[in-house]
Amino acid sequence: MLTLEEVHEIDEAVKVVPYKKAACIEALKIVQEHRRWISDESLKEIAAHLDMSAEELDSVATFYNMIYRKPVGRHIVLLCDSISCWVMGYENIRDAVMQRLEINYGETTRDSRFTLLPNPCLGTCDHAPALMIDHDLYRDVTIDQLDDILNRYT
Amino acid sequence: MERPLTEHIRKDHRPLTLREYEQTGGYQSVRKALKEMTPASIQSVVKESNLRGRGGAGFSTGLKWSFVPMDAPKPKYLIVNADEMEPGTFKDRLLLESAPHQLIEGMIVSAFALQADTSFIFLRWAYKEAARNIRFAMQEAYDAGYLGVNILGSGFDLEMHMHTGVGRYMCGEETALLNSLEGKRATPRAKPPFPQVSGLFGKPTIVNNVETLSCIPHIINKGADWFQKLSRTSDAGTKLFGVSGKVKHPGLWELPMGITMRELLEEHAGGMQAGLKFRGALPGGASTDFLVTEHLDVKMDYASIAAAGSRLGTGTMIVLDDKTSVVGFVRNLIQFFAQESCGFCTPCREGLPWIEKILRSLEAGDGEQNDLKLLDFHTKYLGPGNTFCALAPGAMEPLQSALKYFRADFEQYIAAELQTLAQGLPAERKQRLITDISKF
Ligand SMILES: Cc1cc2nc3c(=O)[nH]c(=O)nc-3n(C[C@H](O)[C@H](O)[C@H](O)COP(=O)(O)O)c2cc1C
Ligand code: SF4
Ligand code: FES
Repeated sequence: MLTLEEVHEIDEAVKVVPYKKAACIEALKIVQEHRRWISDESLKEIAAHLDMSAEELDSVATFYNMIYRKPVGRHIVLLCDSISCWVMGYENIRDAVMQRLEINYGETTRDSRFTLLPNPCLGTCDHAPALMIDHDLYRDVTIDQLDDILNRYT
Repeated sequence: MERPLTEHIRKDHRPLTLREYEQTGGYQSVRKALKEMTPASIQSVVKESNLRGRGGAGFSTGLKWSFVPMDAPKPKYLIVNADEMEPGTFKDRLLLESAPHQLIEGMIVSAFALQADTSFIFLRWAYKEAARNIRFAMQEAYDAGYLGVNILGSGFDLEMHMHTGVGRYMCGEETALLNSLEGKRATPRAKPPFPQVSGLFGKPTIVNNVETLSCIPHIINKGADWFQKLSRTSDAGTKLFGVSGKVKHPGLWELPMGITMRELLEEHAGGMQAGLKFRGALPGGASTDFLVTEHLDVKMDYASIAAAGSRLGTGTMIVLDDKTSVVGFVRNLIQFFAQESCGFCTPCREGLPWIEKILRSLEAGDGEQNDLKLLDFHTKYLGPGNTFCALAPGAMEPLQSALKYFRADFEQYIAAELQTLAQGLPAERKQRLITDISKF
């Protein structure tokens, strides 16, 4: 069941657009903010609330890479794998992160602390290599800093 | 040297409060526009200023605006494209994080010129600090009466909303952006009808880049002539120019349109890192053609870079040095485009992964003799006119120019013995390839 709070937030988003369905991306964002990911059950409930079919909503949800249709960890590590970071050697950072967390791209640590994902250009290419954890951006990242950075997230 | 867009940005990049911004002359253009000008007179100043869109395509802003029907019933929309996601591009981030009031001011004046009553900032999800700063600035602007109903007693109303995206490069393509704002997949729309006539929810809509709209207050305050004279060439204004890659001081600077690549690289970015040589650069983001040493004195403006065979694009340059693999560089770019293809049309959806595969096999030493021909073939097959939107042709720009300037780098991967092996391809496959390729 969608919580009252979720319903309220979704209804606020609906007010900005001419018909309910148009707020479906906002609705996915809202529910994901509360539950970390969009389960089949959440998907069906959001769809019903917006008078659309679950299939239609899923076609939208699966198009966008920042909507998670699988469970994710408490923190999401997004590594920039685009051109400037590639030139500046992000692959070393990637390998070091994978080694420390003992996971590959798309996987979550066993303690559900981190999920690791590659991500296109983070828009800070003059400070490559770059990564984001949740809302925090890290720039000019070196392998030496990694333990320190990761330790901030529990 | 004047730097209208960035002169009031603090060293630590903290944005100005509304009060501070007003003390620097902020929101004067709103007063001037609403009290002393008409939508038509604003549009004609913008047209005369020769401002060209900073989102990548460089289309005349005044001309684009002139296609909006002025007598259309409301709602009418103005949308800021703040989805910055072109690899190697990091210019709008600065304006969004550190000068949100300048953008809001530009939006109000532009909306008045177009008689739009509703505006959206389509912001990339990753720009968290920008989201905070814009939200704060927008509230300040509402509280001060610059937004909302009857702005400054002029009778003009404007609502402003911020929408943060949920990923995908295609959201930056203007018609796909409209679909995304409507809660759909970000696939592009057929044109015509153009968004100016039938855009968001079927209503007249203008989509402009962040940097484009940030220029508007200055053009209104100081005039079209002044804006033209900021530039060293016929393409008006200043431009945010960036450099990334293995130079001494990567960074972002507001400079006159028309500075040379050499000045940007040497005077601002400090030249190449010790022990490395310049081999080439993409002058304006991932979907622009390589320029090489012989082009270092080319002026960075729309016309001059086009004459040199590339595009100014977003104005943020990515540098290729002599110790970085050209094939790896291009493979990284193609991998991005293949991943971000929306899948709507076949040449792009199928062609890009195929190119990525070929480049990977070249890197792994598994190249075949036909591979270069296949790559050449794709640069035409995915070129302008063969796909539904500009993503695929954009992806072909670095590839086709790399094949032109750095062909030997590709060829070296195809070892002599592998060439012999390719001779032994099944006759049928060979024949099919030859027929396909000869069509182009
Ligand atoms: C795949 C693709 C992605 C794009 N991404 C952006 C973007 O992130 N920001 C932007 O301003 N323009 C982007 N554009 C260009 C827009 O379609 C459009 O031309 C631009 O927003 C118009 O604004 P302007 O006239 O002020 O430049 C993109 C185009 C394509 C084909
Ligand atoms: S060119 Fe690519 S991104 Fe553009 S519509 Fe076709 S498949 Fe989609
Ligand atoms: S390429 Fe990594 S931040 Fe732009």
